[in-house]
Amino acid sequence: MNKEDYKNIFVFVEQREGKIQNVGLELLGKARELADNLKEEVYAMFLGNNIKNQAQELISFGADKVILVEDESLGVYTTEPYTQAIAQIINDKKPSIVLIGSTTIGRDLGPRVSARVNTGLTADCTKLEINPEDKELWSTRPAFGGNLMATIVCSNHRPQMSTVRPGVMQRMAQDSSRKGEVIDYKVEFHRDKFKVKVLETVKKEANIDITEAKVLVSGGRGVGSKEGFKKLEALAEVLRGEVSSSRAMVDAGIIDHERQVGQTGKTVRPNLYLACGISGAIQHVAGMESSEFIVAINKDKYAPIMQLADLGIVGDLQKIVPMLTERIKQEIK
Amino acid sequence: MNIVVCIKQVPDTTEVKIDPKTGTLIREGVPSIMNPDDKGGLELALRLKDEFGAKVTVITMGLPQAEAILRESLAMGADRAILLTDRKLGGADTLATSYALSGALRELGYDLVITGRQAIDGDTAQVGPELAEHLDIPQVTYLEDCKFDGKKTFTIKKQLEDGYQMVQVDMPCLVSVLASSYKPRYMSVSGIVECFDKEIETWTVDNIKVEEEKLGKKGSPTNVKKSFAKAVKGQGEVIEVEPEEAVNIIVNKLKEKHII
Amino acid sequence: MDFSLTKQENLFLQMIREFAENEVKPLAAEIDEQERFPMETVEKMAKIGIMGIPIPKQYGGQGGSTQMYSMAVEELSRVCATTGVVVSAHTSLCAEPILMFGTEAQKQQYLPKLASGEWIGAFGLTEPNAGTDAAMQQTTAIDAGDKWILNGSKIFITNASYADVYVVFAMTDKSLGTKGISAFIVEKGFKGFSIGKKEKKLGIRGSATCELVFENCEVPKENLLGKEGKGFKIAMMTLDGGRLGIASQALGIAQGAMDETVKYVKERTQFQLADLETKINAARFLVRSAAERIDKGLPHSKDAAMAKLYAAEVAMEMTTKAIQFHGGYGYTREYPVERMFRDAKITEIYEGTSEVQRMVIAASLLK
Repeated sequence: MNKEDYKNIFVFVEQREGKIQNVGLELLGKARELADNLKEEVYAMFLGNNIKNQAQELISFGADKVILVEDESLGVYTTEPYTQAIAQIINDKKPSIVLIGSTTIGRDLGPRVSARVNTGLTADCTKLEINPEDKELWSTRPAFGGNLMATIVCSNHRPQMSTVRPGVMQRMAQDSSRKGEVIDYKVEFHRDKFKVKVLETVKKEANIDITEAKVLVSGGRGVGSKEGFKKLEALAEVLRGEVSSSRAMVDAGIIDHERQVGQTGKTVRPNLYLACGISGAIQHVAGMESSEFIVAINKDKYAPIMQLADLGIVGDLQKIVPMLTERIKQEIK
Repeated sequence: MNIVVCIKQVPDTTEVKIDPKTGTLIREGVPSIMNPDDKGGLELALRLKDEFGAKVTVITMGLPQAEAILRESLAMGADRAILLTDRKLGGADTLATSYALSGALRELGYDLVITGRQAIDGDTAQVGPELAEHLDIPQVTYLEDCKFDGKKTFTIKKQLEDGYQMVQVDMPCLVSVLASSYKPRYMSVSGIVECFDKEIETWTVDNIKVEEEKLGKKGSPTNVKKSFAKAVKGQGEVIEVEPEEAVNIIVNKLKEKHII
Repeated sequence: MDFSLTKQENLFLQMIREFAENEVKPLAAEIDEQERFPMETVEKMAKIGIMGIPIPKQYGGQGGSTQMYSMAVEELSRVCATTGVVVSAHTSLCAEPILMFGTEAQKQQYLPKLASGEWIGAFGLTEPNAGTDAAMQQTTAIDAGDKWILNGSKIFITNASYADVYVVFAMTDKSLGTKGISAFIVEKGFKGFSIGKKEKKLGIRGSATCELVFENCEVPKENLLGKEGKGFKIAMMTLDGGRLGIASQALGIAQGAMDETVKYVKERTQFQLADLETKINAARFLVRSAAERIDKGLPHSKDAAMAKLYAAEVAMEMTTKAIQFHGGYGYTREYPVERMFRDAKITEIYEGTSEVQRMVIAASLLK
């Protein structure tokens, strides 16, 4: 393998039901920045069925070229057709860097592809940079439950592949005047290898996205019960925000997984993060520490969250939260 | 049905703390545990064994002290335990790890391979899919629940961020399981008593048919360039007052920050 | 003597701690508050073998050691003393005497059901006038040819009303004093056997403590446990083992109160805790040493008495101080130390008061 043969940054842009996922646009933004640094081009790999009319949009978000692959096997994601397509593109076009969003789909696809093209993959990165000396990609990611940051390199294999956490990179402002090329790409599928059949995809009714909320009222073990969460919901409502939670509440079945903040949940950065009865385990902190302003209410003065909070209130959330709700109601009248 | 469950011994990262003065990890006294997602996977295997009859083998690649989680697996009800340990495997990244495991899996034979979704020390979620690729079998990751038809087909509920998917796959295949999918059973007292009479088979690279240059650090495309503790944020105010006063303080702060 | 745990004991400890933390602790306050027997916990314990730890495999038990059993009672009591005593009374006071003194037929009949937890066991020795002085038994058993007829009553019987099997003591010959006491295995359905008044207690409020009433109770001939007239010896030997259970319970309560106190005071320096921690560890070594002697088949009467005497005192001291460390909150039910304080007291009383333990220890010195 000759490293010099590998050029350009390829981004896998995920779509679900034809809808481009935010993380794809975030990665295009980051790829644009890296490509400008390397003086290379950004390619979007856009796979699906009947998605052609959206390809142009990817150019307006930073792609120079869009490799469009359309096939009926690509309509709904399954591992094998996507792996075959991406692996063929990589072997054919020889990118130096491949970026994939670390969604449930990206984390299923990324390692399968990297093993197939025999290269390294760095998971769940929160920072990507080009080392000025040798132009290698430095991918930084939390490890050890978020206690440690590790910078990973892939020196002797190409492409350098990374999956990137949604919500971490910034997309660029859409620029409809950007010019680029959409390449209709044909993949030679080995359809006998398609062994997983999708019976149905079920979307949850209330499709809230806590990463979009400006205010999050978040509950942990100290909230105790569904009734306790009602108090938080009332407060979130007057603050026009959403409720979110730590892992403990999800595991206890009190709140839905999609509202979980942290290492195994979502990364959020609202203007206000109000942590109620959350001790602040490192796994949770990993998902909310970039919040603009953090208020913590906790009985335990020594809970780790108190060290992180801009304002820490030692006290009983069961009493304080309803009082706060009433008070804010009056304030905003 | 032959089920092989891949498990890993990990430090309990919920017990890891950072030294506030030096900003480094305090590893001392942090217990080693079976990775929670892997334990969920083992529970799935044991339930399939209870319902349909199966031979459950657990395998771990690691240092000799990983024996502890193999004993635990036996005490929970696994039938056979393999410890794959060799200096040549040291420093492996996920690709080299999954390659070594694939060699062991071929020796063992399997109908169903189960891994945890991800390990809590690395959080990569890569070994499962990479292992499936080396074995050239289909994978279903993020398994929340599954039904087996008793012959060869699994109907699997797979977690997505915004819902779930029902998929179908035939054996042989690999699934990766979430800790929250199956509450693991407790070891039974007799299981604990008996598991010390069972043998834990220690395998080295000589037991598996693999190309040595693809193993360990040598066989790993990725390397850690540097690692560092996260910068610790400066502490804000911590206030201990009556609820009424606390509400006043919060409201004033929110006004100050133009949140209300 | 080696006090470090074996790999097996460590694995056992990992399991029992997880079980106690996840299944037992969340119920502790509720069953205390409602004075409710934790039947659902007993079912869970039965499933994984906790109701039959030291019973041999051949009788449907788990084949574990006395050390493991003691560790189980300690760890359960650490989060809920009620659950600890349910296991202790069942194992030490019912299954063990049947194992030690029962005929092969009795062992086959009762042990598998007790060891699997399908049946719960209890022990009936104490009477209104025969507490510390067990020789003052008023309950009588008359040989009626094909059966024994029991009359009288027992009080303060742990697990009563939920138990299916009771090891009961009665006078078969009053003229012989302690040598006239015999032991019987009584099932809950036996004619003439009923449960009387349920006690309202200071602590271990989830455990059922009731009166047993025998009114011409008919006990089959083959349910005599051990030889006629050997009841007192059976009772004393049973209590030797039972004391280890209570010592383990007391130790668990002390450790639980220490855990809560450490959690509460956290980063503040508290030198008093050093002394308490030292005492808890000393108690643990006494408990482990007594358990080890039982496992090795060595005489252990004095060792179990010392373990119980000391662990119970440490439990009282630790829980009293734990409340003090918590200040006013410690006196409220918002914190578990209030319950632990109430639970601790009984360990100085049942299965031989502290005074009785001192007698046993002193007697061994002067032998």
